[in-house]
Amino acid sequence: MTKEKKRLKVANPHIDYDTVWTYAPAPESTDHIHLKRRYELFINGEFVPPVKGKYFATVNPATEEKLAEVPEATGEDIDKAVAAARSAFEKVWSPMPPAERGKYIYRIARLLQERAREFAVIESLDGGKPIRESRDIDIPLAAAHFFYYAGWADKLEYAFPGRKTRPLGVAGQIIPWNFPLLMAAWKIAPALATGNTVVLKTAETTPLTAMKLAELFQDAELPPGVVNIVTGGGKTGQMIVNHPDVDKIAFTGSTEVGKYIRKALAGTGKRYTLELGGKAANIIFEDAAVDQAVEGIINGIFFNQGHVCCAGSRLYVQESIAPEILRKLKDRIATLIVGDPLDKNTDIGAINSRMQLEKIESYVRIGKEEGGAIFQPPCKLPAKGYWHPPTLFTDVSQSHRIVQEEIFGPVLPIQTFRTVDEVITKANNTPYGLSGGVWTDKGAKIFKVTKQIRAGVVWANTYNKFDPTSPFGGYKESGLGREGGLQGLLPYVELV
Amino acid sequence: MNSPTAIVEAAPPIDEVGVNERVARLFTRSIKKEAKLRALTMTLSMLDLTTLEGKDSPGKVKQLCYKAAHLHDVYPGLPMVAAVCVYPSLVSVARKALAGTDIKVASVATAFPSGMTALKLKLEEVKQVVEDGADEVDMVLSRGRFLRGDYAYVFDEIAAVKTACGPAHLKVILETGELVTLDNVRRASDLAMAAGADFIKTSTGKVSPAATPPVVLVMLEAIRDYYFRTGRKVGMKPAGGIKTAKQAIQYLVMVRETLGQAWLTPDRFRFGASSLANDVLMQIVKQTTGVYQSGDYFSID
Repeated sequence: MTKEKKRLKVANPHIDYDTVWTYAPAPESTDHIHLKRRYELFINGEFVPPVKGKYFATVNPATEEKLAEVPEATGEDIDKAVAAARSAFEKVWSPMPPAERGKYIYRIARLLQERAREFAVIESLDGGKPIRESRDIDIPLAAAHFFYYAGWADKLEYAFPGRKTRPLGVAGQIIPWNFPLLMAAWKIAPALATGNTVVLKTAETTPLTAMKLAELFQDAELPPGVVNIVTGGGKTGQMIVNHPDVDKIAFTGSTEVGKYIRKALAGTGKRYTLELGGKAANIIFEDAAVDQAVEGIINGIFFNQGHVCCAGSRLYVQESIAPEILRKLKDRIATLIVGDPLDKNTDIGAINSRMQLEKIESYVRIGKEEGGAIFQPPCKLPAKGYWHPPTLFTDVSQSHRIVQEEIFGPVLPIQTFRTVDEVITKANNTPYGLSGGVWTDKGAKIFKVTKQIRAGVVWANTYNKFDPTSPFGGYKESGLGREGGLQGLLPYVELV
Repeated sequence: MNSPTAIVEAAPPIDEVGVNERVARLFTRSIKKEAKLRALTMTLSMLDLTTLEGKDSPGKVKQLCYKAAHLHDVYPGLPMVAAVCVYPSLVSVARKALAGTDIKVASVATAFPSGMTALKLKLEEVKQVVEDGADEVDMVLSRGRFLRGDYAYVFDEIAAVKTACGPAHLKVILETGELVTLDNVRRASDLAMAAGADFIKTSTGKVSPAATPPVVLVMLEAIRDYYFRTGRKVGMKPAGGIKTAKQAIQYLVMVRETLGQAWLTPDRFRFGASSLANDVLMQIVKQTTGVYQSGDYFSID
């Protein structure tokens, strides 16, 4: 602190962001959104009620109001969905000329682009993420994934030189609630491009954009049974995993469920990819571009309320610039706008569910009990709904639980380090290995450090950048297999 | 105090990709209704209404000065602009025309726009415009000297001009279009502030590109760091190429979220522009009446 204090003439250095000029509400209109009061299962190209007739509500986490009801699919429904997928695989989708398959996927991509606004608003309503993100990131990226894999459909012969590809059959896909439509696109697009058919289960709290996607598949005249979408909770997912006629499981979600899937599938011969939790190290070196690094820290941890498996959720700052970075971080956090996800100026929206909010709050409690120093900017949270202010913790160590465990919320533990070796050791000192970030103005240091970080994705001087051409996936308990890019084709094909 | 070279070397590196991303994110701010109206009114009050042409004449400057005090009289309650900015030979005309108003007279000086003359002549020019009644002097940075690493010359020149200004405020034009990199923009900003600039300003308007959002953001961040280091609040003036109300509001968003309340005032933030006023006026009228009026209803001086 002393060096920084000596450098600063201003006694209490902070910027007064409590300005006379403030932003008026700028809510995105919902007039054009048509939600049904009740959705059905999408099986064999049609919306059908669940056999057992059970439904559950999906709520808007910003208001706690019910948006719609969706079915809780049971074993009978999964049987029907898998049978439809099997039949479509054998009779229609795998025999179809690859270029024709590509045309369908292109059509899906185009329709998604045309209806981007509608999908973005529903994504924010159902999941609580700021409209700025669903509009600028989730939906365009989802469309980009369909476009990218549509291109592969008739070029698979060239994907793996010397080898031909054969589809696996029926892919069972289970997706999380943090990027509902984007994760559906990550899963469905490569499966279809390679000639597989799909049974996809949405997350319990965010089924609506997938239901809209099912409507879009109808509009695209995708042959019945090629994609089947079911809704439900953990039990429904379990039935897909254990269904004997499913050839491959693709799962994105918690490490805990990932472990269950590995056990359940052991010896079955089913292929699987798992994209699980993370606790990424975001490393700021003293020679970094300071203001841009601060922005990278913000983007790393507060993107999507911190509900991001690859979030930069462990910050390491070199000791010599730690006071400056911390001061600037606190100033920057004061400008973050927490509130209505549909307001175009919102930076941090609603926490996805009450359950998740309670989990985050319990970690904040643990952090305080363990002696961490907490910082939260003054911000007014709405009375109804699930909210959590952006939160920093200093005075923590590798031994603190908030440093070790995935919080999946806008909470950032901050540690300092002195040498390159020290920070690499600490960055790798985690059961996870999904992602990481390195900030330095020195090119050589970027290569030296990133090579030694055991993580699937490491960003240099940026964070949370996604592209359909780039493979994504983890080491260790962060998962198995890759999604995206050329590598993302491999889990869906047999090489012959 | 640090040597000019030490000041430049202490400047943090700037990552252009990161700056562009931050700018893009700031530009997603949606400014509506009363917030928009307030921003538009603020813009008018921060305007340095400018005419810098070889063909400028006393008549033209007098007309501009009248416009400065009477932006759109059919719409009551509008502020006056902050200053009128002219060439040295027209300072006395502007001074006389603006007598009795609070509008400042600003003059470019130091062999504007290139600055390619002897320091002695520059200082004489500065003294002359101040004597003629300029409240503010907009000098140009010696880019050639800066680019060849002669930071001491640049520093001393600014310090000497500052002394020559006496009571007048000094704005230092970096001419960022000729500095090219954001690293240079940051270094020049730090140098100018340390040498005594009251304001730092992007451009002369004679070189393209003039003010760009990434450049302005880097300068605002330099001002913020300088404030924390010294306690002195240096002002900012983007100039050149700012033609629309939308651009102006975007810059105000940048100021608000970088420097906060203390800089959202004409004392610390200015727009250098010649054609911005009418677009802002048109938007203000539209905000209250709901319809756009023809450009013919707004005076051109």
